[in-house]
Amino acid sequence: MPTFVRTEKCDGCKGQDRTACMYICPHDLMKLDKDGSETGHAMKSFNQEPEQCWECYSCIKICPQQAIEARPYADIVPLGASVQPLRGTDSIMWTIKFRNGTMKRFKFPIRTTPEGSIDPYGGKPAADMAKIGEPGFFNHNEQNGYRAGDASELIRK
Amino acid sequence: MAEFGNPEVVQEEVDILLIGGGMACSGAAYEIGPWVQAAGADIKVKLVDKAAMDRSGAVAQGLSAINTYIGSEQDPADYARMVSNDLMGITRDDLAYDLGRHVDESVHLFEEWGLPIWKTDENGERHDGSKGMTPLKDGGKPVRSGKWQIMINGESYKWIVAEAAKKALGMDNIQERIFIVKLVNDKNDPNRIAGAVGFSVREHKLFIFKAKAILLAAGGCVNIFRPRSVGEGQGRAWYPVWNAGSTYAMAAEAGAELTMMENRFVPTRFKDGYGPVGAWFLLFKSKATNAFGEVYMDRNKEMLDDYPPYGQAAVPASCLRNHLMLKEMREGRGPIWMDTVTALANLRETLSPREVKHLEAEAWEDFLDMCIGQCGIWAGENIEPEKKNSELMPTEPYLLGSHSGCCGIWTSGPDDVGAPTEETEAGVPEHLPKGWNWGYRGMTTISGLFTAGDGVGASGHKFSSGSHAEGRMAAKAMVKYVMDNKDFTPELDTDVDTLIEEIYRPVRNYLEHKDYTTAIDVNPNYITPRMLQFRLQKVMDEYVAGVATYYTTNEHMLDLAEQKLEMLKEDALKMRAKDLHELLRAWENYHRILTAEAHMKHIQFRQESRYPGFYYRMDKNFVDEENWKCFVNSVYDKETKTYKCFKRAHVDIVDKAKLFK
Repeated sequence: MPTFVRTEKCDGCKGQDRTACMYICPHDLMKLDKDGSETGHAMKSFNQEPEQCWECYSCIKICPQQAIEARPYADIVPLGASVQPLRGTDSIMWTIKFRNGTMKRFKFPIRTTPEGSIDPYGGKPAADMAKIGEPGFFNHNEQNGYRAGDASELIRK
Repeated sequence: MAEFGNPEVVQEEVDILLIGGGMACSGAAYEIGPWVQAAGADIKVKLVDKAAMDRSGAVAQGLSAINTYIGSEQDPADYARMVSNDLMGITRDDLAYDLGRHVDESVHLFEEWGLPIWKTDENGERHDGSKGMTPLKDGGKPVRSGKWQIMINGESYKWIVAEAAKKALGMDNIQERIFIVKLVNDKNDPNRIAGAVGFSVREHKLFIFKAKAILLAAGGCVNIFRPRSVGEGQGRAWYPVWNAGSTYAMAAEAGAELTMMENRFVPTRFKDGYGPVGAWFLLFKSKATNAFGEVYMDRNKEMLDDYPPYGQAAVPASCLRNHLMLKEMREGRGPIWMDTVTALANLRETLSPREVKHLEAEAWEDFLDMCIGQCGIWAGENIEPEKKNSELMPTEPYLLGSHSGCCGIWTSGPDDVGAPTEETEAGVPEHLPKGWNWGYRGMTTISGLFTAGDGVGASGHKFSSGSHAEGRMAAKAMVKYVMDNKDFTPELDTDVDTLIEEIYRPVRNYLEHKDYTTAIDVNPNYITPRMLQFRLQKVMDEYVAGVATYYTTNEHMLDLAEQKLEMLKEDALKMRAKDLHELLRAWENYHRILTAEAHMKHIQFRQESRYPGFYYRMDKNFVDEENWKCFVNSVYDKETKTYKCFKRAHVDIVDKAKLFK
């Protein structure tokens, strides 16, 4: 399901040097055609290698103009379906359109804290250099997650 | 001003370099700060990622489950046993056990940071992770979709983990879109790491880093075998296509010992979209059948007895489940169906209408969180799982060390669990360490070079959470290494001009020859990275047990593969790059070739078929416990450009008999 960019919606992220889709694509697929020499559409982005698209939807989810969609792989899937998300700060909404017209909508939570709110070391202890050679992380068992295990299970000790 | 073909060269010295931005390096980025601070020394740490950390690595798209969560009710030894049996007995118990005791510490942090984790209430009803129920840390009950898996609302899993990592390390110490392509050894010690080189895929810049310690965690390897879809759909690999074998190839060229590179994973997944099956089997209790509705795991169950003891555990090894399914396909009783209709009908019998609606959403979320393409296929083929069953299919082979595979790098483990300190197999090259812990946790056999996640071999089933925890363990050990080696100043064994020439060779090939022909892609003087990849995939598919031969090979086919790969490796020096994007692909494919070669050489060396259902040596179509219950390891000689394979002894550190009681 390679992604495609809707001509009338993409604004090239308003002429910035890189677009949101270029920023995010894990496989370096999205490209801004600055002068239109590659697509005939200047200052709009496009998927430069659609057969390498993993359909991770990262570009679709991040596009501020909702200009990017996916068309199911032409060599596999019958025409007519679409799967489109709208990602918010705490949830994502999906609209699924079947080839036969059936529609399904789902909404799922994606995060329980405000974006950008993580305080990585807030309330955490400092590391203890005396323990750098022992098992356990810097905040050893602060998360109640260290599973020390039954020592008798280690049959060579 | 730098231009294409004439790049600016940036040289930088750091103490610790993290290569990659996935779960493992995100874990390292988080853990390392407090140790650096406690060390009280001026230790400079830098992370470079070829993509953007918010969506890089195997978790980029999201996940619907965390597949490694031990919980307070299970023992790390139980986990080590499961890992061992699923991988046909040859894993490092020390590594699995160590991971098992640490991993939940990371999972609990994910929840604190904002990852929604499903919960079970006192009545046994499931709730999604947004309902504010008691966190796991304080005794909240997760929804188990299997003995080790817990369900999450994981669309933003990586986004959340990356936010913590980026804040912890600081964006000043992170550079995205830098692709490291080669490690450099120390001038005064060939068994020591001194630096790494690569380029920006955004600007005309080359980067040359010197570092005392390096964490190499750049994923597994996808697309070395011809995929089942070869048109537009070839990107729809099961594991993300950006996993190019960089971890294995760069480690091998630096002289690090590899292990179990013969291992591969051939997941059985929903056909074409490669949607996950775990929740369908384990949570929705669905059965897989042949064309006649017969459950192949029942029909062919006596085949499990051919492989004692691995077929006789409560959950037989993954490869053996494929083995039983492939019999149906080979003998013409396909297609294989996932019977979603019956499974959902059974569940409906006991559920309220509200719960049925919830169940339908859960089934779709399983795909939407981690494999949206499968939803596109269901929608395009008008498949509603309660009304129509879906086909299953085994995929093309994948090489990885964090999921249900165990190829990777031979890595130093913990020293407090009874692991061997001597080697009993003959034939291990003299310069390599004895035993399973030779210094620092997570260090390879090259001093100062560490790995985690897909990089650590002989210990699969870490998945996302385990890779994060493993990155954290390596980070801590790297700080210790740097403190213990304060006086060491890395010196590159290759001069900078030579490195520049090598990295930019595909660009020079292009600029020098591009005007010789009128068609840019057809030129006798160079090969495009894309065509080179096709050649690699053809060789691997047809000779090294790909889908073309139903995963079978033999010594004669492997000999041919060896000859063809040798010429392919020579031709890799003639790859062209017409822009930075193609330079990225050129180096990815070079890494794929070295990884594929290791895979082929290890299969050739191991005189048995250890993973029936994943690959068959038809000339040695048996599991030979007496002679081959051992690790196959290898080292690469970068002068002769050849791998040398050898055995290392396998030892149990936890009692495996408990699997069969």
